[in-house]
Amino acid sequence: MDLANTSLRQLASALHERRISSRELTQAYLERIGRLDGQLGAFITVDPDKTLSQADAADARIARGEAGPLTGIPIAHKDIFCTEGWLTTCGSRMLSNFVSPYDAHVIEKFAAAGALILGKTNMDEFAMGSSNETSHFGPVKNPWNLAKVPGGSSGGSAAAVAARLAPAATATDTGGSIRQPAALCGVSGIKPTYGLVSRYGMIAYASSLDQGGVIAPSAEDLGLVLNTMVGFDTRDSTSIDRPAEDYTAALGQPLKGLRIGLPREYFSGGVSPDVARAIDAALEVYDRLGAERVEVSLPHSQLSVPVYYVLAPAEASSNLSRYDGVRYGHRAAQYGDLNDMYERTRAEGFGAEVKRRILTGTYVLSRGYYDAYYLQAQRVRRLIVNDFREAFARCDVIMGPASPTVAFGFGEKTSDPVQMYLSDIFTISVNLAGLPGLSIPAGFGASGLPVGLQLIGNYFSEGRLLQAAHGYQQATDWHRQVPDMARA
Amino acid sequence: MDWEVVIGLETHAQLATHSKIFSGASTAFGAAPNAQACAVDLALPGVLPVLNRAAVDCAIRFGLSTGATIASRSIFARKNYFYPDLPKGYQISQYEIPVVSGGAMVIEVEGRVRHVRLTRAHLEEDAGKSLHEDFHGLSGIDLNRAGTPLLEIVSEPDLRSAAEAVAYARALHRLVTWIGICDGNMQEGSFRCDANVSVRPRGQEELGTRCEIKNLNSFRFLEKAIEYEIRRQIELIEAGGAVVQETRLYDPDRDETRSMRSKEDAQDYRYFPDPDLLPLSIEAVWIDRVRAELPELPDAMQQRFTDDFGLSMYDAGVLTASRDMARYFLDLLPCAENDAKLCANWVSGELAAALHRESLEIQDSRVSPQQLGGLLKRIQDGTISGKMAKELFDALWQEGGEADALIEARGLKQISDVSSLERIVEALMAEHPAQVAEYRAGKEKVFGFFVGRAMKASGGRANPEQLNAVLKQRLKAE
Amino acid sequence: MALTDTDLRRLARLARLRLEESEISGLREQFAGILGLIDQLQAVDTRGIEPLSHALDLEARLREDVVTETDQRARFQSVAPQVEEGLYLVPKVIE
Repeated sequence: MDLANTSLRQLASALHERRISSRELTQAYLERIGRLDGQLGAFITVDPDKTLSQADAADARIARGEAGPLTGIPIAHKDIFCTEGWLTTCGSRMLSNFVSPYDAHVIEKFAAAGALILGKTNMDEFAMGSSNETSHFGPVKNPWNLAKVPGGSSGGSAAAVAARLAPAATATDTGGSIRQPAALCGVSGIKPTYGLVSRYGMIAYASSLDQGGVIAPSAEDLGLVLNTMVGFDTRDSTSIDRPAEDYTAALGQPLKGLRIGLPREYFSGGVSPDVARAIDAALEVYDRLGAERVEVSLPHSQLSVPVYYVLAPAEASSNLSRYDGVRYGHRAAQYGDLNDMYERTRAEGFGAEVKRRILTGTYVLSRGYYDAYYLQAQRVRRLIVNDFREAFARCDVIMGPASPTVAFGFGEKTSDPVQMYLSDIFTISVNLAGLPGLSIPAGFGASGLPVGLQLIGNYFSEGRLLQAAHGYQQATDWHRQVPDMARA
Repeated sequence: MDWEVVIGLETHAQLATHSKIFSGASTAFGAAPNAQACAVDLALPGVLPVLNRAAVDCAIRFGLSTGATIASRSIFARKNYFYPDLPKGYQISQYEIPVVSGGAMVIEVEGRVRHVRLTRAHLEEDAGKSLHEDFHGLSGIDLNRAGTPLLEIVSEPDLRSAAEAVAYARALHRLVTWIGICDGNMQEGSFRCDANVSVRPRGQEELGTRCEIKNLNSFRFLEKAIEYEIRRQIELIEAGGAVVQETRLYDPDRDETRSMRSKEDAQDYRYFPDPDLLPLSIEAVWIDRVRAELPELPDAMQQRFTDDFGLSMYDAGVLTASRDMARYFLDLLPCAENDAKLCANWVSGELAAALHRESLEIQDSRVSPQQLGGLLKRIQDGTISGKMAKELFDALWQEGGEADALIEARGLKQISDVSSLERIVEALMAEHPAQVAEYRAGKEKVFGFFVGRAMKASGGRANPEQLNAVLKQRLKAE
Repeated sequence: MALTDTDLRRLARLARLRLEESEISGLREQFAGILGLIDQLQAVDTRGIEPLSHALDLEARLREDVVTETDQRARFQSVAPQVEEGLYLVPKVIE
């Protein structure tokens, strides 16, 4: 089977019709990982024995006629999801020895559906980064050009899917960590409405912004995986109790009359010309499909980066206090008293970016600064949410670039954190507003690197977003392009 | 100089829920170390808190019982600090908007009734425990208690002496156990107080610098610690020194408070709303339901006992010391012809003494209200004397059974019929003519001699009143 | 607004992060950039705007008071750095 050119839906049919067994399919993916991942570094953990025994169980289930759409499909999981019996590192030295004693809600859902764990993907440490350069386990390379970053923080998931080392991968998105790497790696990625995917067992970075989602080649594949991944969970107080929805139901419906909001602010400089050209071309495709362009404004969107870099570090500084070397994870080998143990453990266990964000968060919450930074950021957050509310009164979906540039080179932005932070300028406001957003491949820019088109929808409009993305993918074949290395 | 003492208490009441405030782990006391610390309590990566409805119920009950305001919307916040018994590195508590605010407690000290205002009561989670017995120079951490629900009840600085502080703490203890939100077990740490103590020259408006004394887990220690602290502060100021605001620990062995290791940098808890928890909304119907389920409160019942039964405030206080005590009394009343005074005397006398001897709580009494009532009835109808009743009570306590059966079996039935008593008296008079003559000559002291002899002759069963009457009548007769 | 070395050391102490002297000047510089970014918020007029903690205006969902967890100490402590007799061991806690 040509895994480089087979969609998840096609794999599912092949399994259903017993044209291939889950064991054979899984072996094929494991073989690709073994052969290609040395160049990429997309995976932190692969455990063929465990995965194959899950494949055998799936085959038995298929033989019993009890298979669901994902039964027998191997799925890679971002190493932020706790998986019982598997190393779960969150890309950090702090958890480099942490074998999770429990499963995240998402992992339980995939297990119940009969999907297998193909491996755990690399990521920026504690999901803090936009280039996957902060991982304790080394950087992930972009499959389109090994000298370029894959984006982050879900760089491993995006690269694995781009190189077709996995048919789909889970990921998380706090400020763009699904959409930006999907864009930079030429694959599709969706971040659902905040609260649709349970955060239980998803290691927290910034609790009010974190949301699990999926990276896969196409919108249709995203919908298939999302159908299993979304679901109410009593263990997450912010989980939303809604009736189950089939995210593939609206796929194929025409896009005629779809009102596409184009925020003035996303098209007024700050975007590199090659990206702008590709986005323009994508919008012309939508014109041809009968969609209408509506100009909208998100006047506070420029402030989303500063708001984010107050709120996310504040929450993170507190969320990461549990890593103290007492109950699990790294503990310094040498220390004196209790405080020395804490300070050395945390200094050794966390990398530079994580420490910067912990210190930033500690600062904005500290006495005398809380009102000026934290509360002020929460107020501006409301202004940003209000902007979207007004925009969605006039359009069905907002479109623009997912990233201001194509993939950049290693080390290009590491010396200046603020430059790195600004690479999420188009994605962050979506998290602040809790809206669903997705990125789909929309051609190539400079040096043949992929460009991502971002689609932002109103709350709970995932089905419509996927329909809009699918319509585009029926009219184009960017999502079927694979990097040379993947054809090998 | 004349000093005025100013005290406010912060009381932590562990709430009597089955499971923890944010997890499904048990709150039962005494499990093996860390056997009741689940993934959420241990703060494993990725776990999340979900609020226990029963903990909120408890807070509402308390608020309604003290005339406080229940917030329709309150917020959980994180209080950030590092400590090994605090697994997340923050405690989930309430900061800016607590669930309960205002309210008051009424206390009485040396006959003076005082209203003590409450500032607030908020929900929070307890921490684990650090065990200091030696593990090769290390400390052991047990997180079973981590996540146990607490209601922190904060009083205004309205208390003016150690005695008032103790009276307030006792009243609070009675209330939280009465309304069933806390088991009140102070040895197990279910009810513990921190005291904020300061002194100021009488007449001065401005408060003095206060010290907080932590973890006072008995009323006696509370009293002694405050008394020590008052002395310390006054002596310090009078010697020209100044009180430093700090946290102090009471050492019961040396009966003194001492400064806790001063923190090297001032605490900065960096409170902020917990993003894992959404605002807690309490609608009026919820409050109404809790109100409907509230029992009659101890202060009200105490007043009712004095009004309806003519009991003293003190007796009524003893009978409403706990809800079980009051329940016992109320169950006893109909079994004893509703003689409240007699019932009160017996409950606070013989019964209380017996319970105390065996360190039993009233609900574990070996004599039930029905049994005791059976006994009291026989006092009322003259079948037995008060003295016999005390012996019978002991027998009921030791052997169980019914008063009537015991009276029968032991032949303790009082001799009240006049003819039997007359027979005894006549025989005595025939035996002791000299004493009869003495009595009749006006030596009334001899009367006691006849009473004693008659009692002895009746085996102690003669009804004393009847006997007196018969004796008087016979001895007088020529 | 700029952070001094003393500020940075204080923050690191609060966050229990050991800072080497050699790290401080680099951090100070990076913080100048980060503060430059977030200080943009100071210019925004937010009078009358309520702070927003969650994008979706939801209320807490409560659990019933039921014990659902069983003793899994052995499993949880299998990943602990140092345990003895069921207790997590740490350097002496001084009160």
